[in-house]
Amino acid sequence: MSASLSGFAYLIASVLFILALRGLSSPESARTGNMFGVAGMVVAVVATLADPGVLSFGMIVLAILIGGSIGTVVALKINMTALPQLVAAFHSLVGLAAVFVAAAAFHNPEAFAIGVPGRIMTASVIELSLGTAIGAVTFSGSVIAFAKLQGIMSGAPIVFSGQHKLNAAIGAVIAVLIVVLIFSQSGSVFWLLVLFSFLIGFLLIVPIGGADMPVVVSMLNSYSGWAAAGIGFTLSNPALIIVGALVGSSGAILSYIMCKGMNRSIVNVLLGGFGGVAAGPAAAGGAGDRGVKSGGAEDAAFLLSNAAKVIIVPGYGMAVAQAQHALREMADRLKAAGCEVRYAIHPVAGRMPGHMNVLLAEANVPYDEVFELEEINHEFATADVAYVIGANDVTNPAAKSDPKSPIYGMPVLDVEKAKAVLFIKRSMASGYAGVDNELFFRGNTMMLFGDAKKMTEEIVAALGS
Amino acid sequence: MDIGQVVEHASRLAAEAAKLAASAGKLASETAPLAASQGPIGDPFLSLFTVFVLACFVGFYVVWSVTPALHSPLMSVTNAISSVIVVGGLLAAGPQEMNFAKVMGFLAVTLASVNIFGGFIVTQRMLGMFKKKAKKP
Repeated sequence: MSASLSGFAYLIASVLFILALRGLSSPESARTGNMFGVAGMVVAVVATLADPGVLSFGMIVLAILIGGSIGTVVALKINMTALPQLVAAFHSLVGLAAVFVAAAAFHNPEAFAIGVPGRIMTASVIELSLGTAIGAVTFSGSVIAFAKLQGIMSGAPIVFSGQHKLNAAIGAVIAVLIVVLIFSQSGSVFWLLVLFSFLIGFLLIVPIGGADMPVVVSMLNSYSGWAAAGIGFTLSNPALIIVGALVGSSGAILSYIMCKGMNRSIVNVLLGGFGGVAAGPAAAGGAGDRGVKSGGAEDAAFLLSNAAKVIIVPGYGMAVAQAQHALREMADRLKAAGCEVRYAIHPVAGRMPGHMNVLLAEANVPYDEVFELEEINHEFATADVAYVIGANDVTNPAAKSDPKSPIYGMPVLDVEKAKAVLFIKRSMASGYAGVDNELFFRGNTMMLFGDAKKMTEEIVAALGS
Repeated sequence: MDIGQVVEHASRLAAEAAKLAASAGKLASETAPLAASQGPIGDPFLSLFTVFVLACFVGFYVVWSVTPALHSPLMSVTNAISSVIVVGGLLAAGPQEMNFAKVMGFLAVTLASVNIFGGFIVTQRMLGMFKKKAKKP
């Protein structure tokens, strides 16, 4: 295939990738969009295989067979609750693949037409080393994010003194290594760069707590894009550059949305330590002296059966308890009795952007009953019951009224405006932010202590009788 | 100013314009091969960088139009398409002779393939779940 023909193929692939993302503006067009993405990938791969430099296909076919079957099996088997860790794992693979491609380009630059070993064009070395560093950070950072989400590693932030100074020092070492690499083009410097980039990736993610993972996963998504773009510059491949830019900006926008959902700056999230030991004082005085009203499934069923409008607020606890199917069953019973049921999703509910929407969709909840914070917040005032299942901090009215609260200023769902609030919780323990939720002590709140799934199932049973 | 003067001015101007046009044409024909050899913008890095910056803008506007309900599929599909990095692996694994770079290429293609297949399939699975109206049992 001639150079201009393959260039044209890469252009087509890029357009298809853009259409794939454009399709996601609505659920109807999204499935077609995904097919555009697949088509784009096929075009890009075929165009590369037709490159005059690609002569032996045995290993390539083997690699695609191995990788393809692993990917297919994992994607078909994965439980939707485990989606965040799957995505983190996938990000780590993109990062590592970027490192491998960079290593290949460094050791055999002729295959990429960027020079000969030891005498690679300077611009290419710069692009290569940036791609390598970002790729390596993506890899090790995603491994930590995966371990935290999977529960292999505690979700609690790991902080130690001098942490930021250490990170800054390693960052400086990486910068020096890149400069040395440009002038020496030595293989050992290249691998040192990889090593230190792995290290900084680990260190950057360990201080970040479990509930901040939506930001981390989005940020690593962004990094994987920038790494791809860096490699794209090395290969002078516009498709790779365009995709890298698309993915990079997509991840950056998602990180921004997540940070806004928590009213925190990206710097604050990245410095870490939030929700750890430091958040003690606010929780100390609360629970003992104030009474809470608690009830059982029968009481909840009574309230629900008399309601004309119910808004359900799901959170990460629903995902952990796998309560989405029981929840949908409850909603079906209520709808059959003429009740209006809606779902309210906070931007940072769950462990990755949009996680709750997928879990509800999995349980066959039609997506036109599911609303975002801004769309539904004014409706709580007209709701008879707000059913909070597995969410906590995102409903805390203190975020609006108490300037001393660590979550002050965070956008929250106005559940307290509903006539009655049913709050399913395992115990009175505070949420991730380490603050008491004053909602528990309000007169219109009834606490339902128990497992989210079991409690919902009991309510369904009580409704049925 | 009488008519004769105006005509004289006009004809002089016309002559000037003709001379300018001729030299512009000469300049164009002289620089054409130079421009052709350097591509449309000249510096190859600059043209790639132009592509990159414009793609960032495209990404910015396209991603803001994604509905928040589909942010999870957005992540998995961006993850799948960023595996187009596989083209680098293919180029490294392509040459006939066996060497270190080829092994690296093999590994890169394997990892990227996990992502491509896994990413697109899990996205399709997710999107398949989003339905509009609840089926009446």
